Amino acid sequence: MKEITASGQTVEQAVKSALEQLNTTRDQVKIDIIDEGKKGLLGVFGSKLAVVKVTMIKDPIKTGEEFILDVTAKMNVPVQVSTVKDEDTRTLTFNLEGEKMGMLIGKRGQTLNALQYLVHLVVNKNSENHFSVIVDAEGYRDRRKASLDSLAHKMAEKALYLQRKVALEPMPAFERKIIHQMLQSDDRISTYSDGQEPHRHIVIVPSQSK
Amino acid sequence: MKALIESIVMSLVDHPESVVVTEQEEDAKVVYHLTVHESDVGKVIGKNGRIAKAIRTVVYAAKTNRDKRIYLDIM
Repeated sequence: MKEITASGQTVEQAVKSALEQLNTTRDQVKIDIIDEGKKGLLGVFGSKLAVVKVTMIKDPIKTGEEFILDVTAKMNVPVQVSTVKDEDTRTLTFNLEGEKMGMLIGKRGQTLNALQYLVHLVVNKNSENHFSVIVDAEGYRDRRKASLDSLAHKMAEKALYLQRKVALEPMPAFERKIIHQMLQSDDRISTYSDGQEPHRHIVIVPSQSK
Repeated sequence: MKALIESIVMSLVDHPESVVVTEQEEDAKVVYHLTVHESDVGKVIGKNGRIAKAIRTVVYAAKTNRDKRIYLDIM
């Protein structure tokens, strides 16, 4: 993140000088006015220069892609990234493709989830516009959703059969959400999450049980 | 491996110039010591160590052909 402090006779001039030094345009920076400046008597006595801090804002897509390419290259898992931006939900989806995707996904997607969390931090660092970040590798998220789907229904049946609550293994928030939504329409059971992160997990309870 | 740790950490902190990673080879494992600027410590550890855990997960996934275990030590 590049930032620079510049001064000038007026705020306008200070900003202009900063933009020249950063060699950029106004829409790619964030401007903080540190001092408005004062004209002073006859423009000489008691005059104060205007001071501004100008910070380069990087395009979140570019930031995320650069980070992913850099990290995966150094993991010796070269990938291609294609990114989809959804303005309505403010979500960036980075789709990764390459040869050794299994290594990048890890057991139950834990490596992919860790990478996703790091990308989320990097993309939203120093940024006022928050984005949700999804990092996907060769359709893993869809496949995982399908298996969470069948797991959810299997465990719901189990809870009904045993007439007692059934706890699932810990999962990240976005995976728990999938299961909650999946079972919401089934009024024979209800679901809630229990425990503290990172051990937070879903519990399925049959409706009529105490 | 060292480059990987540096890349990740430098992208997270406010003072990338203060990021230092040292490599120390022991009998059964390679230990990487990470130090960052004082004000950036929280940025690499995170609430309940969540960021540190994510960094470790990614770093441990990147096994090299060396069979030694790797260990990331955050100061």
